[in-house]
Amino acid sequence: MIFQPAILALLLSSLLCIGLLLAAAPYAIDLIRHWDLASGSERQLLRERRTYLLSTLLAFVFATQLVALALFVFNADRMASLFVGAMCAVGTLQANAFGFPALLAQILVFFLAAVWLVINHVDTQAPDYPLLRIKYVLLLCLLPFLLAAGVLQWRFFLALRADVITSCCGSLFSDATPGVTAELAAAPPLPTLLAFYLSLALATGCALLHRRGPRAGHLVALLSAVAFAVTMAAVLAFISLYVYEHPHHHCPFCILKPDYSYQGYALYVPLFVGTAAGLGVGAVQAFARVPSLQSIIPGVAGRLAGLAAAMFIAVAVVALLIIINSRLLLIDN
Amino acid sequence: MNVWIEKQKYLIDFTLASLARRKAKNLGLLLVYSLIVFLLASVMLFTHALRQAANELLAGAPEIVLQRMVAGRHDLIPPGYLERIARLRGVLEKQGRLWGYYYDPVVKANYTFMVADDRLLAPGTLVVGAGLARTRGVAPGNLISFRAYSGKLFTFSIADILPAKSELVSADLVLLGEADFRAFFDIPPGHYTDITLRVANPLEVRNIASKLAQQFPDSRPILREEILRTYDSIFSWREGIVLALATLALLAFAILAWEKASGLSADERREIGILKAIGWDTGDVLRMKFWEGAMLSLSAFLLGYLAAYLHVFHFSASLLAPVLKGWAVLYPRFELSPVIDGLQVTTLFFFTVFPYAAATLVPIWRAAISDPDAVMRG
Repeated sequence: MIFQPAILALLLSSLLCIGLLLAAAPYAIDLIRHWDLASGSERQLLRERRTYLLSTLLAFVFATQLVALALFVFNADRMASLFVGAMCAVGTLQANAFGFPALLAQILVFFLAAVWLVINHVDTQAPDYPLLRIKYVLLLCLLPFLLAAGVLQWRFFLALRADVITSCCGSLFSDATPGVTAELAAAPPLPTLLAFYLSLALATGCALLHRRGPRAGHLVALLSAVAFAVTMAAVLAFISLYVYEHPHHHCPFCILKPDYSYQGYALYVPLFVGTAAGLGVGAVQAFARVPSLQSIIPGVAGRLAGLAAAMFIAVAVVALLIIINSRLLLIDN
Repeated sequence: MNVWIEKQKYLIDFTLASLARRKAKNLGLLLVYSLIVFLLASVMLFTHALRQAANELLAGAPEIVLQRMVAGRHDLIPPGYLERIARLRGVLEKQGRLWGYYYDPVVKANYTFMVADDRLLAPGTLVVGAGLARTRGVAPGNLISFRAYSGKLFTFSIADILPAKSELVSADLVLLGEADFRAFFDIPPGHYTDITLRVANPLEVRNIASKLAQQFPDSRPILREEILRTYDSIFSWREGIVLALATLALLAFAILAWEKASGLSADERREIGILKAIGWDTGDVLRMKFWEGAMLSLSAFLLGYLAAYLHVFHFSASLLAPVLKGWAVLYPRFELSPVIDGLQVTTLFFFTVFPYAAATLVPIWRAAISDPDAVMRG
């Protein structure tokens, strides 16, 4: 079933990205081993020039990965009509064993790529490339993740068969089936609602605090990650219910459908951007003491923290609007 | 932030001026780029519109059609089946349909004869589809004769022609009264071609289908959602095949882009050399080249997409239709209603801008690292 336009586009991009990264890897190793800014040798000059190519190339690859995640989910949702029993992206992703692992890998790559882009941005601001080695070591660490995501995607798309009867989101995200999704779906709405707003408030507050003065950078990252997890749980436990106006439909994917006026995108896009920015704030803290970065990092981290705070506020507002506009009453006054 | 935006604005300004200085080269690339976008976008817009049309048409179709099989072939429904279905719970409405195919040796085409269930036709009159009327050259009031499979000649008068709006499904359609149909095809009373069922609750459709399969082992239920799914896969598959073939064109284009980007003229080299001599660093040159690529891509994308939109929705996709539509003697003429789909645009963007960007990365870098003194001296 790989002759679907969006699948072809995804495979093409993942193939090209992996190819570019593999081609870049030997140069990255060379840079890690022989980089010496003090040297004026011709090889060092060449290396300095290569860093331009490598960082442009990697920025390009990782930016592509960010868009690829959106396309992957969008496509999975659209392809549901091709499978018996599928009603949204869940059905497509469950059509074989590689669907959900491919999605999770793509999400992981999204966050890792975002963090790398932040570090790269910080590094290019300083005149002496203080993070060059770290950057390329991180790149080599990232490569296996990208490879794994690519392979999972290939396996998933190649193994897709239209005659497989898949299951609908109703069976995966119901409170009756055993498993972690069911546990989350069965979470009581009121405590989850409180936890959701509390985690968002904490993450936003911490980010705003960091924006004012460089402190608690790691805490911003930690709280962002927590807010991400709690928000996903909240979507399962109650936000989705308000969207569908149905007390037992817990699917986190159906809210992406046009039937519900794409409300899911309004919720997920700020959530992902905010979490990525929050993680970025934490990632650059490790280098705050590098002399040439001392004046750069607070500014960059402050802007990222501001972005994260704005995005988390957006998530809270969108969720609030969903709850207010819904005709479902989940919590008695 | 403002400083950054100002800087990018000046860079874009400079890049535009520099693009304008080399009109011929850039226009050529823009043309080829737009052509590629046009080709891919036409395929995508056209298949998506077809899919949409099929969806809209089938939205009013019955949820289940029951066909009787004899030795694996479709056969007539004998009397008594309709009454037995009535006992199934959840069936809102059931109806025996009469339809069949007729080969017309005059125009060498197959017609679909069908009993009209929503309009009453006087005996001896027909309503025909617009495609048929065009091919046979008939108008309301004319007489038309068909030789039945029994050998007898039947003459009908044309009462009406079906509106052109429904031509996608009614090009070859002939509607007639039940008595005329039974006489023409020699079908005894009580027999039907198939049975259509309306089901009130969409979640019950599968249940009822399995009950039907149990109760009538000699019959097969065909579900509307299955038909929809089949159309969906067929159109997507055709689209995918055309796109996969088009990737060859894409490859050629990527090579062209690579060539264009790496074959810097002496003038361009001098320009970059001078820029670097007056204080631009490699990053600035890269940024300028990035804007150059972005503007070229964006204009090519918009131009190509616009041309494809006009091609598909105003000129009926005349270049692609033979591949994607299929073929028939009585081919319907139809206008597709314009649909633009977010997934399609994103996919198209991936297909065109992404390879271009990937192909020009290395050449751009090569240009950007050139040494000012080497360039100006050479």
